[in-house]
Amino acid sequence: MRVHVDSEKCQGHNRCYALAPELFDVDEFGSSVVIGDGVVAPALEDKARLAVANCPEFAITVSDDA
Amino acid sequence: MTGPAGPDRCAGATDPHDAADPADPPSIFGPVADWATDFDHADPSYNPNAHAIWADLRQRCPVAHTDRYHGAWLPTTHELVSQIAYDTEHYTSRSVVVSTSTILAQAPVGAAPPISSDPPFHHHARRLLLPPFAPKRIEPWEDDVRALCDSLLDEIEAGLTDASGVVDAATQYAQHIPINVIARMLGFPPEDADTFRGFVHDVLEGVNVDPEERMERFRRLDEYIDVQLQDHRANPRDDLTSFLLEATIFDRPLTHEHVRGSIILLLLAGIDTTWSAIGSSLWHLAGHPDDLARLHGEPELWPSAIEEFLRFYAPVTMARLVAQDHELAGCPLKTDEWVLVPFPAANVDPAAFDRADEVLIDRQENRHAAFGLGIHRCLGSNLARLEVRVAVQQFVARFPRFELTDPDAVRWSVGQIRGPRRLPVRIMPTVPARRV
Ligand code: HEM
Ligand code: SF4
Repeated sequence: MRVHVDSEKCQGHNRCYALAPELFDVDEFGSSVVIGDGVVAPALEDKARLAVANCPEFAITVSDDA
Repeated sequence: MTGPAGPDRCAGATDPHDAADPADPPSIFGPVADWATDFDHADPSYNPNAHAIWADLRQRCPVAHTDRYHGAWLPTTHELVSQIAYDTEHYTSRSVVVSTSTILAQAPVGAAPPISSDPPFHHHARRLLLPPFAPKRIEPWEDDVRALCDSLLDEIEAGLTDASGVVDAATQYAQHIPINVIARMLGFPPEDADTFRGFVHDVLEGVNVDPEERMERFRRLDEYIDVQLQDHRANPRDDLTSFLLEATIFDRPLTHEHVRGSIILLLLAGIDTTWSAIGSSLWHLAGHPDDLARLHGEPELWPSAIEEFLRFYAPVTMARLVAQDHELAGCPLKTDEWVLVPFPAANVDPAAFDRADEVLIDRQENRHAAFGLGIHRCLGSNLARLEVRVAVQQFVARFPRFELTDPDAVRWSVGQIRGPRRLPVRIMPTVPARRV
């Protein structure tokens, strides 16, 4: 599993950073950045899904390409 | 009018709770005849009954209308609220508070950038303020916020003469937290807290007074800020006011009006809003001992509980002005009419949330819009979340059991910011509190 953030949609609500700091960081403007290449360790897959389910802007997606 | 609203589909009147400030000049409008065709979001009966009013309107008239305020619309579904929030072409943010004023600042800067600004200027005014409110700059305030909450709780505890004492969680506690925090961030005298409270009331609650009176109140606010700006120009320091005085857009300093407008925004945007969110959360816990007990037993639920309180009791409804004639869900919107953007109504729309009308403190999926949607997402949301979380947790840690003394004694705010303004709760005897 891999997480993606659409930077056009992200408005910096920071739900992802609060729920899954292992996967998301924030820049100095408070916008979300995926940590590393976004590959999600199996133990963190639930957290990735939680981040998707709590982003008010629908900016986060997960894909199976990893 | 082609909209779904019609006087034949009248809602019954709801219980009025008189929450208006007795010192206020009277509203220039009378009681609401029908929420679908004559709504008034600043009528004292609106906020106490908001959930019932929205549910009723969603059924029979998803975009309500009123001739008050020179014409205003009220959509109540998540779909319409988000559509408006994302559409900066048909709607302008030139004014976000519906009032009787007819003299409004011009787009795209507006009177209080960035909230009153439209693209493309909005981007620049907002970008300037994003870093000081980004998570990593806000996190270090946590200890200060906790210390502030604790000192307020010490005072409350000292005033509790017997074990069944009653405290007003709104006026003795919640209210003071955002005022003190923002005064410190801006570098304003904390002893002016009462003055700030007066300004917030004038701008956000005194919306249906005589327009001349409203202008006069804005003049007083401008004068106060000008004095603070003068002082900061003479003695620059490490605070947001000096930061804005030194800031530039396109290598040019901000105009005096821009700095003043942004400061007014920062001063006012965080006070009633955060006060309301803290108050509503405590109101919920006072009325739901099961949820309170569950949080004691399962403290890992705090994050989802706070988000759920923010969803269900979202305090902030914004507004837009119609920028060009168009139809919204079949309703004919005319240029310069108001449109309310009730994020709180969107948050309880059953089409957008499972079990939307229930407070589930362990809700996992919660894409609520309490802090808005799109480019105007609350700049202070990281700070607001910190204040709400710490304030509610500290209260509960100090007073593990509390209940509403008399539900009818609770008073709700008037206008676009919704929350309890008087909240008497009885602190119940208990074993000594654990500290969070
Ligand atoms: C629980 C408390 C709060 C809630 C629910 C809240 C809610 C909102 C909402 C819904 C908006 C969107 C406005 C729009 O779409 O027109 C907004 C904007 C804003 N809020 Fe908050 N707010 C809160 C606390 C704060 C605090 C503490 C501050 C700062 C001290 C703040 C500063 C701002 C600013 C500057 C904007 C304008 C952003 C822009 O237009 O780009 N808010 N807020
Ligand atoms: S939750 Fe969504 S909008 Fe918020 S920072 Fe994360 S990706 Fe951006």
